[in-house]
Amino acid sequence: MTTKYALRRLGFVSAAVVAIATTPALARDLTIVGWGGATQDAQREAYFKPFAEKEGTKVLEDSWDGGYGVLQSKVSAGTPNWDLVQVEAEELVLGCADGIYEKLDWEQIGPKEDFLDESVSDCGVGALTSSTGLAYDSEKWPDGPKSWADFWDLKKYPGKRALRKGPKYTIEFALLADGVKREELYEVMSTPEGIDRAFKKLEELGPNLIWWEAGAQPIQLLASGEVAMTASYNGRIANVNKKEGKKFVFVWPGNVTATDSWVILKGSENKAAAMKAIAFMSQPEPEVKMAELITYGLPSKKAAAMVPAEISKDLPTDPKNLAEAVPLNIEFWIDNNESLTKRFNAWLAAR
Amino acid sequence: MVDYHIRLDGVTKTFGALRVVDNLRLDIVRGEFLSLLGPSGSGKTTILMMLAGFQDATEGTIYVDGHMINDIPSHRRNMGVVFQSYALFPHMTVAQNVAFPLKMRGVGRAEIDARVNRALDMVQLAALSERRPAQLSGGQQQRVALARALVFEPGVVLMDEPLGALDKQLREQMQLDIRELHGRLGLTIVFVTHDQSEALTMSDRIAVFNKGLIEQIDTPRMIYDHPATRFVAEFIGETNLMEGEIAGREGGEALIRLDSGGMLRVRDRAEFDAGRRVLATVRPEKVELSEAPAAINSIPVAVTDSIYQGDHLRVQLQGPGQRLVARRDRRAAEWTPGAKINATFAPEDCWVIVP
Amino acid sequence: MTARLWNRKTRAALLILPLALFIGIFFVWPLGIMVKQSVLDDAVLHLLPRTTEAIAGWDRTAPPTEAMQAALIADLRAADDEKAVGDMVRRLNSAQSGYRTLMTKTLSAVAKPETGPLLTDVDKRWAQPAFWIAIADALEPMTDRYLLAAVDLERNKAGEIAGLPDGASANRTIFIRTFWIAAVVTFFCVLIGYPYALLTAASTGITRTILLTAVLLPLWTSLLVRTAAWFILLQEQGLINGFLLSMGAISSPLPLIFNRTGVVIAMTHVLLPLMVLPIYSVLLTIPTNLMPAATSLGAHPLRAFLHVLLPLSLRGVISGALLVFMTAVGYYITPALVGGAGDQMISSVIAFYSTQTANWSMASALGIVLLVITLILYVVYVQLSGRTSVNGRM
Repeated sequence: MTTKYALRRLGFVSAAVVAIATTPALARDLTIVGWGGATQDAQREAYFKPFAEKEGTKVLEDSWDGGYGVLQSKVSAGTPNWDLVQVEAEELVLGCADGIYEKLDWEQIGPKEDFLDESVSDCGVGALTSSTGLAYDSEKWPDGPKSWADFWDLKKYPGKRALRKGPKYTIEFALLADGVKREELYEVMSTPEGIDRAFKKLEELGPNLIWWEAGAQPIQLLASGEVAMTASYNGRIANVNKKEGKKFVFVWPGNVTATDSWVILKGSENKAAAMKAIAFMSQPEPEVKMAELITYGLPSKKAAAMVPAEISKDLPTDPKNLAEAVPLNIEFWIDNNESLTKRFNAWLAAR
Repeated sequence: MVDYHIRLDGVTKTFGALRVVDNLRLDIVRGEFLSLLGPSGSGKTTILMMLAGFQDATEGTIYVDGHMINDIPSHRRNMGVVFQSYALFPHMTVAQNVAFPLKMRGVGRAEIDARVNRALDMVQLAALSERRPAQLSGGQQQRVALARALVFEPGVVLMDEPLGALDKQLREQMQLDIRELHGRLGLTIVFVTHDQSEALTMSDRIAVFNKGLIEQIDTPRMIYDHPATRFVAEFIGETNLMEGEIAGREGGEALIRLDSGGMLRVRDRAEFDAGRRVLATVRPEKVELSEAPAAINSIPVAVTDSIYQGDHLRVQLQGPGQRLVARRDRRAAEWTPGAKINATFAPEDCWVIVP
Repeated sequence: MTARLWNRKTRAALLILPLALFIGIFFVWPLGIMVKQSVLDDAVLHLLPRTTEAIAGWDRTAPPTEAMQAALIADLRAADDEKAVGDMVRRLNSAQSGYRTLMTKTLSAVAKPETGPLLTDVDKRWAQPAFWIAIADALEPMTDRYLLAAVDLERNKAGEIAGLPDGASANRTIFIRTFWIAAVVTFFCVLIGYPYALLTAASTGITRTILLTAVLLPLWTSLLVRTAAWFILLQEQGLINGFLLSMGAISSPLPLIFNRTGVVIAMTHVLLPLMVLPIYSVLLTIPTNLMPAATSLGAHPLRAFLHVLLPLSLRGVISGALLVFMTAVGYYITPALVGGAGDQMISSVIAFYSTQTANWSMASALGIVLLVITLILYVVYVQLSGRTSVNGRM
């Protein structure tokens, strides 16, 4: 290779490198992140597709399994590759305090009084309200369990039980089963004796208690007959009944409700589009469509009023269901999640 | 009565449709050094594998000391085997390698040490006993393999081209060493080789194999001087072949009319009648060259090349209708290419075979 | 001459430059960050300079002084970096539960100019020394609390290292369990993988291809498909229990999933290729005539195997065992999916701290402890297997 040729080639290569390095990255389309599964399928039909059609833009989707650390590291890394994310209530509060979300423009969304209280925040607007409660297969138990006390009744309902691995919900359910009144629940949980009482109650189930981590697992466990009953999300139960003709029952008394919210990650390059999407999803019409597809509670009061009664009776936000529910105490879990998880793991390890 | 150590009776080995060894009958005499010589694929290694018990005979029986051994597994046959690639255990020292067969036989530790030392002395490797095989030269490794195959005093030692991977000089030294060991220990050795000079150097008898059959089995001298077939004549050493037919007999010698013209006087073999087509074979070192024609067996030739080879001069010749080659003393006259001369040989140096 | 030599050295250095850069950027640097993360403790110190001064003379038992409260109010008013405040709150909440909500309330209160000078008026919790001790303990720029907590230790009031109270944390148990599960899985991988590798190395042609593909298959299968398959096989009404019941071998279904058995079966299945492939490749390098040589020297085939093939292939077993063990130590999704409550491994604890609570210090400390124990085990292992591995070199 002659020197002249080599130099020419070098020149070409470096020009190419410079060209690549200086070309601005192609603008990413609005990226909405949900929790996958049937819920995100419903959101796609009710929200994402109509929104993309209306605005004439593209919407990218991703899904995640929660975890505040995930969002925190995405934002602190610089420009996040997600824009609009469905977060759980604690993630909303934590992130809002830490400043990893953009503040919302409520002018675009609408009057705050049109929404349920849990759905309104500086950093987020409600996405859906879900219930976690007892579920069983009515083909196996025609006269099924009716409360968390029945969940602990191994004589009447022999077989294994499944709960979500972790202290959240587990401690609530154990204390409800132990006779703690709904309205006193978090008072009891705030004392060390209350926590001890919950773990003692869990001991009663002994080897009959198994744990699930992913939302699809309890459905699988019920379907296979591996467990007699399980804690599950209400939407998953309704969905599998509708899609696969199962006769699973979700027990409303003693369900724990929690509201997920939409947030915009700080530094999002599609902030304006994300804001528009949030405003769109908060309109009554798309929310009613969402309720027709999957039975989760709606943030908009106007939408709730428009939902037909036969659908409404399965929603966590239906007044009748709400009357038997315990709203998840976000403050309690923000303060105590880490220490109780440590204790929960220690308890599991010692069994 | 001859004491047969090993007898193969009607042994056949087939791989699919291929008959590698075909109905072989072979007696191996106690204490003899028998070489199985032949080109690759002639079946000689397969015979060794069957003797060692690594392969089963498809048909036929193998006897050792009069007992059939077909069903005796390899590890109970008590035969030493030396492989071409040494097959030393790389994770053991030289001493451990040699001790291996004794250990397998449950020999006591003190006796193992003594016998290993003796075996290593025998192959002059006592100084390297703590080395690993990878730290030895090829020749040293083969000596270890030899010591290992001999240390348990097997009655029979089978060697599969054991010197094939060594360079020429080392090979020749090892040939003499093995020959000397054989003489000293009185072993029966079956030695597989495709190198005819190696077979000639070492063997009491040579069995020449071709396509699964024995072409000739005899002493090296007989194999060389009196090959039974054209294959043996050409495979063992170099030879000049001249085609013709028996023309008659005269004074105890046979007369052969060559196809290329001319008449030869050769040592007579009574079994060939007049008119029989034959091959006259003459080894190159028996061919004399002279300016003037000889009285008998004189073939006019032209020198095509003359090659200096150190201990001798190789002269390539073009005769009527055929090429010849002669080996001459290097101090004799130089034969320049193109020179017209005469080749000749004594009648008793010419051996006649059927073509 | 020297110029040429220098030239060659430069060229050699340039050739390994990408490697060096890669190791530096993707291994050394993150490791350094992890170490720093696990001992660094400046989230509180940076934001509370006045409080640091005011708290210096405090005896840790008396109610907080007015000066301390005023200093904290001043510090919180001066803090303008939301993210830094978030880091500080997270740090304090991990030492003292309740700090989250307390701080949220306090921060919105101090934003109003009329608040002060007493924080106890904002929330009565500020009267408890515990919340001030949490601040006082967070003022050293370096700390060993995370590393200690990773192995269930803490500094007591006297500053001595002491064990955490029973039931408070189970990291030690989970570490031991992690290494135990990894060891059991490694054992079963050797038990199954070695004969499998022998069989594969001895076979030829299509048989060998099929055997190799079969063992590699789990590596190519997605975790979800694999989990579904295990579920179908191992559950109480699953194929294995169904088969055993119909054969009359058992009278009630065996618990094969959601317990240790399920974890070991599933992990052995996934990690088997890591055992088979190194053994297989070592077996291929062993000359085929060694076993015939051994039998010809009088060794029964079994003894020939024990004395020749086994020691020579041990190198593959050693590297396979190392690969399987190291990989198994890091597992957490599989144990979570097919294991029971008592089968959680340490990686899931690390994942909890990093993805759920964003407690990077704790996650780093656990990671470092895991790394250190693994390195110690590796050194011990190399010492123990050193002789064999040298012997096995061809």
